Amino acid sequence: MFIPFPFSAIVGQDEMKRAILLTAVDPTIGGVLILGHRGTAKSTAVRALPALLPPMSVVTGCRYGCDPHAEGRKCHDCLAREAAGEKLRSHKAPVPVVDLPLGATEDRVVGALDLERALTRGEKAYEPGLLARAHRGYLYVDEINLLEDHLVDLLLDVSTTGENVVEREGISVRHPARFVLVGSGNPEEGDLRPQLLDRFGLSVEVTTTTDLDARVEVIKRRDAFDRDPDGFSAKWAEADHEASKKVERARKKVATLVVPDAVLRQAAQLCAAVGTDGVRGELALLRGGRALAAFDGAKHVTTEHLRAIAPSALRHRLRRNVLDDVGSTVRIDRALDELFGA
Amino acid sequence: MTASAASEMTGVIRAQLAAALLSMDPAGFGGALVRTSRYDAVERWLADLRAMLPPEAPITRLPLGIPDDRLLGGLDLAMTLAQGRPVAERGLLARTDGGVLILPCAERASGALISRLTEVLDTRIAVPRGHAVGAPQPARLGVIALDEGDGEDEHVAASLGDRLAFHLLLEPGEFAAAPNELFVDAATVARARAAYAQVEISDQRVTSLVALAAAFGVPSLRAVALAVRAARGCAALDDRRSVNDDDCAAAAALVLGPRATQRPLAPPPPPPEDEEPAAPEEPNEGEEPDPPDPPEPPSPPDDAPPDDNESLSEEQMRELEELMIRAVQATLPVGLTIDAPMRTARAGATGGRSGNDRSGGLRGRQVGTRRGDPRAGGRLDLLETLRAAAPWQKLRPAPAGDTGRVRVRVRSDDFRLRRLVEPAGTTAIFVVDASGSAAINRMAEAKGAVELLLAEAYSRRDEVGLVAFRGTQAEVLLPPTRAIAAAKRALVALPGGGGTPLASAIDRARDLVTQARRTGNDTVVVFLTDARANIARDGTPGRPQAESDALASAQALRAIGATTLLIDTSPRPTEIAKRLAAALGARYVALPRTDAQGIHRAVSAAMPTAGA
Repeated sequence: MFIPFPFSAIVGQDEMKRAILLTAVDPTIGGVLILGHRGTAKSTAVRALPALLPPMSVVTGCRYGCDPHAEGRKCHDCLAREAAGEKLRSHKAPVPVVDLPLGATEDRVVGALDLERALTRGEKAYEPGLLARAHRGYLYVDEINLLEDHLVDLLLDVSTTGENVVEREGISVRHPARFVLVGSGNPEEGDLRPQLLDRFGLSVEVTTTTDLDARVEVIKRRDAFDRDPDGFSAKWAEADHEASKKVERARKKVATLVVPDAVLRQAAQLCAAVGTDGVRGELALLRGGRALAAFDGAKHVTTEHLRAIAPSALRHRLRRNVLDDVGSTVRIDRALDELFGA
Repeated sequence: MTASAASEMTGVIRAQLAAALLSMDPAGFGGALVRTSRYDAVERWLADLRAMLPPEAPITRLPLGIPDDRLLGGLDLAMTLAQGRPVAERGLLARTDGGVLILPCAERASGALISRLTEVLDTRIAVPRGHAVGAPQPARLGVIALDEGDGEDEHVAASLGDRLAFHLLLEPGEFAAAPNELFVDAATVARARAAYAQVEISDQRVTSLVALAAAFGVPSLRAVALAVRAARGCAALDDRRSVNDDDCAAAAALVLGPRATQRPLAPPPPPPEDEEPAAPEEPNEGEEPDPPDPPEPPSPPDDAPPDDNESLSEEQMRELEELMIRAVQATLPVGLTIDAPMRTARAGATGGRSGNDRSGGLRGRQVGTRRGDPRAGGRLDLLETLRAAAPWQKLRPAPAGDTGRVRVRVRSDDFRLRRLVEPAGTTAIFVVDASGSAAINRMAEAKGAVELLLAEAYSRRDEVGLVAFRGTQAEVLLPPTRAIAAAKRALVALPGGGGTPLASAIDRARDLVTQARRTGNDTVVVFLTDARANIARDGTPGRPQAESDALASAQALRAIGATTLLIDTSPRPTEIAKRLAAALGARYVALPRTDAQGIHRAVSAAMPTAGA
């Protein structure tokens, strides 16, 4: 019913598209934070993902969408079924992309007592929330900088443990909830809490392009899509399929890619030079660089991959001085030039 | 009339044209942001819109504070209970499929509501709340956001405004004077509706609209896409299959004009002469206050290129651009410094109100129950609900189709919700100048005042934080706290002496204010200083740099809207302290010989919610 604008047809915004695809290659990179003004294809890119990404196989009948091949990381329902000797069937389903709207109630996010069953049948049952639906997929928060604090706390907690623990109204449930958090927002309208910032593996700054030709191309494609969504999508299906194949190949490869010690050392040097706190910066550099190398089909992770991913992996981790005009990206670029030569 | 001579369109005609286009394809144009001070003008515009919409198209009104499942669809609790099986109900958005949704008081809509509306505008489907409640429903609709706010700080959220093609300012006087009949009739709109998907627009015209948007400082590409759509709609209204110059000009005036943030750098050539435009739709143009009288186009519309899509010469491109620029200029207020003419929310405006919102009632301490509908987002108190239902069980007939599974018959009247209170507090942040020997005297008073406030904090749940500055850096001695013991210890240990790094101190205070806001607290910042900054932000000595840094930091603190109080501790009032107070927007109190009680009284007076 809802036909998304094809991912590949988005003009420009290469860093954003790359960051999103890299999290599809390696979800452990963490989330993607997209900062920028309105009308820069942020929502469009995210909403295009279910149609783009290769479908995943899920356990049939599992309401959390468990992975049939994930040994020991299934939900209690699936484990119970296996223990009872049931042979779990599976089917293919699109990767979920779930919207977490501002002002969502906690019940809606973590799940709650299933009122309907409680009242009509007197059963104490759990109704899964948005976190359950986003398992193995994407949780998208538009205007994440305006998200209420209690929801931010929740996200921090779940994104650390990969598990949603519900204890309320006599329900006691825990289920896996591993998702890639994609947040977007306009930084002029409010800041993110540093703890939340730090959870994002990659961040990108999107701006409206000022190049006239690119802008015209955006409008032409949008107009063509609006007039004939099916025809337009068919035209871009090939390109989307290519990207999807590339992600699939990279996924197979990423587990075996080794990051040489020399590159790891460079990552550490870079983090020290720009002054990031903690080890999340190094981890993001490492995982991002590795996913990028896999995506490019490279045999090794090199300094070049590190350089390419560094702005995305680090720019949101720098200590900020409210009145300093020098942008984070510039500071990272300077450090890169100093360490590795211009 | 057609869309010709867009630069001559009056506000009334523009509004009618917007209504015609919107009624052709509400979801495609997203809707309209309508601003007026008089409701009858809106009524009239809505009547125009209704007349042009297809008769079967729903027009619904959105009550503010609508719960999610009424909006998006969900479980019909009353029917579910009566029938003993889940009964889904369609939400308002799904019921508005194919029509328009009127959002009154749009400037007061919560961030939550706005994000649901933008999602439905993007996806055109409504996803019901809950998992067993049915499939997503189509919700292809336009939103009419009525902005009735007159206050300058209340604006419709920018994320919504960006998605609505038309931004209209309805001037009541203008409307009263306008003729009653529409210049487009419903039959024309119906024909155009069927045809407009096939209308072609040449690449060159798209390019010129993109360039025009850039010239008028409209960064949003969504706006340009909507303008292209409007141009196609205008052509369809005029029964053509391709877009011409006038369509582009009309679209530019309707969609881009209200979003303009600057005048084009190179203004169009001045009009050849100032003749009166012949505008039959505008009999009382004397009462038309808004646009400057536009010049007659130098080349009459007959010169416009034919309708097919041959390429335009350079000359023709230039004419098209000029035509559009005039059309947009005509929509702009006279003598304008454009700053956000159609005022959607600007930086920070959306966050402020909802950020301090404590009325959600989903967190806090339970203080009893109340009757209510759990679908509105409250927390159901199951035990109390059952207790409320219990006395009536014998009287309540078994629901139809009861198979005996339903043991307790609960009706929606029985629902009891937890009443939760989350008390609002105040955070007082003291920024104490601990520099030099003179300030040491003041420290005793500052300590005394903080101690007095701490004593009250117990009963009032106020928090107190302490920033001290001396040497090269300011330091948060005590993050906002209610812990008396920790606070006293920090106070006792407060040292003195050294330089005056005022800028750094103001920056730390700003951090604390931002943090305190996140917990929903009101804040007041109290500076005790003589304002003689001599350490710059980067820690280097030097009075001029230190003072300009301090003033810059003060402005940054003021920008986030903190309540501040500056107590000048120098022996006699100084000019620099007054300047700093002005930069902070602070209340200035010269208390050359104050004591702890004096400071305490001044702070209590400044507390926004003292005693709350």
